[in-house]
Amino acid sequence: MVGPGRNPARYEGPAVRFENVGLRYGRQTETLRDVSFDLEPGSFTFLTGASGAGKTTLLKLIYLALRPTRGLITAFGQDVATLPREAVPALRRRVGVVFQEFRLLDHLSAFDNAALPLRLAGLKPKAYRDDVGELLAWVGLGERMHAMPATLSGGEKQRLAIARAVVGKPDVLLADEPTGNVDHEMALRILRLFVELNRLGTTVLIASHDQDLVRQSGKPVMHLARGKLGPASVGRAA
Amino acid sequence: MSESNLTEARARLWRPAPLLPKEDERDGALVFVVAVLCFLACVAALAALAADRAATGWRGELSGEVLVQARPGPNETPALAAERAAAALAGVPGVTEVVALGRSEAEALLEPWLGRGGLEDLPVPQLVVVELDREAPARRGALDTALQADGVDAVIHDYEAYLGDVRRAGTLARAGAVGTAALIACAAAAVIAFATRAGMAARREVVEVLHLSGAEDAMLARLFQARFAKLAAVAGVIGAGGAAVIAAGLRALSGSGGFLPILPVDWSDLPWLLLCPLLAAFIAALSARRTAMELLAGFE
Repeated sequence: MVGPGRNPARYEGPAVRFENVGLRYGRQTETLRDVSFDLEPGSFTFLTGASGAGKTTLLKLIYLALRPTRGLITAFGQDVATLPREAVPALRRRVGVVFQEFRLLDHLSAFDNAALPLRLAGLKPKAYRDDVGELLAWVGLGERMHAMPATLSGGEKQRLAIARAVVGKPDVLLADEPTGNVDHEMALRILRLFVELNRLGTTVLIASHDQDLVRQSGKPVMHLARGKLGPASVGRAA
Repeated sequence: MSESNLTEARARLWRPAPLLPKEDERDGALVFVVAVLCFLACVAALAALAADRAATGWRGELSGEVLVQARPGPNETPALAAERAAAALAGVPGVTEVVALGRSEAEALLEPWLGRGGLEDLPVPQLVVVELDREAPARRGALDTALQADGVDAVIHDYEAYLGDVRRAGTLARAGAVGTAALIACAAAAVIAFATRAGMAARREVVEVLHLSGAEDAMLARLFQARFAKLAAVAGVIGAGGAAVIAAGLRALSGSGGFLPILPVDWSDLPWLLLCPLLAAFIAALSARRTAMELLAGFE
């Protein structure tokens, strides 16, 4: 698996840091309140909470789809509030995201979808053709690389979305309910995939309400309830 | 060819698909509207070229001729005075031909204002038409000197006053055509801006995913810029083609006699229409880029 590569400007502190972050949509009550945590490089963390607890909102803050209404967020040591607009794409390329609804591009083949971050990073097709093929084979889509997303099953779409998120070897991988649309067996397979990526050095944060999966992982858990982060715990392996 | 060679060949031929979906059901309508605008712009441009040519022709005709009115002296007939004036002017350098008009010809000149007949009792002026050399026309002073030297009492009417009017009319026609073309270009830019907004709204999901995957604003804007420039170029070819067919038809029908003497179209005008697709693409690219950058600024 080869991507544009991890950012050469190494930063020794937390990959992501939240300090008293709050977010309010319009004039509603705060969706997130006084959220503080660090995501250490190479860590693997679950983010749990009931529907509407603010898990997706928190992930959106990390991949800069939203700006906090208060508090401080730093990504790789940079304050995102003061980050110039031109610098945002480069920072986003260091974060891979598996969206809850996959968000695959229907007019592109599985191969082109998976290769998207590399293409946006300016790599020539010749430079990534073989690697993307290998990655798709690794996630079990080797035979389906020329298929269009509309013809893929839920599980295949899920794995394709994961392939797209990891193809650029991001420093941080965010996954929003990545096992929400698959059976338990596929969920475990996907979890193993994330663990493997984590072993390769990627910081992983998975938002999930699948308590069984969290327990089986044995990984640290951050729990969100009504927009507030509870004390950290550890999922227990079954 | 073995199967592995076939797969290898297929892999070599593979190219990434365009980042934006290729087709849109609104493309046909957009091409039609821009093609109509391009057609109108081409017609305006042809009208400007024709107006310029007509004005140049009229100026040439007017500046190439002078009318002299001879006043008979005592015991001299008007016809004789005209003959003497013609003789005096014939040798002046820069004069190519001198013709003393007879009474009937002078009456014919007055006919549009005074009507046919009934001019027998009127003192119709005796006129001399002086054709000037187009390259080195005789100056008014030289004509005056020649007439005075021969003792001819005459008034010289040149067409300076009319030339001014013709120049103004030509300038006005050109400015009108250029203004019309500029307005059409603005309308085309507005249409493209509207289409870009609609296109981005229709592909918001695609744009968002590209944006969140690390695409830069300029790169996303380039996608829309290229798309609309291509559509506008196609529309430009259609519009310019339509205008060229009509212009060529008019020119072919007119022949050398001039089917449209007021706005004469020439074959040499047609190559200018080749600029239309290029200009249309340029305007569309500018408009699409500006609109896309504005809209992308609203994305987080």
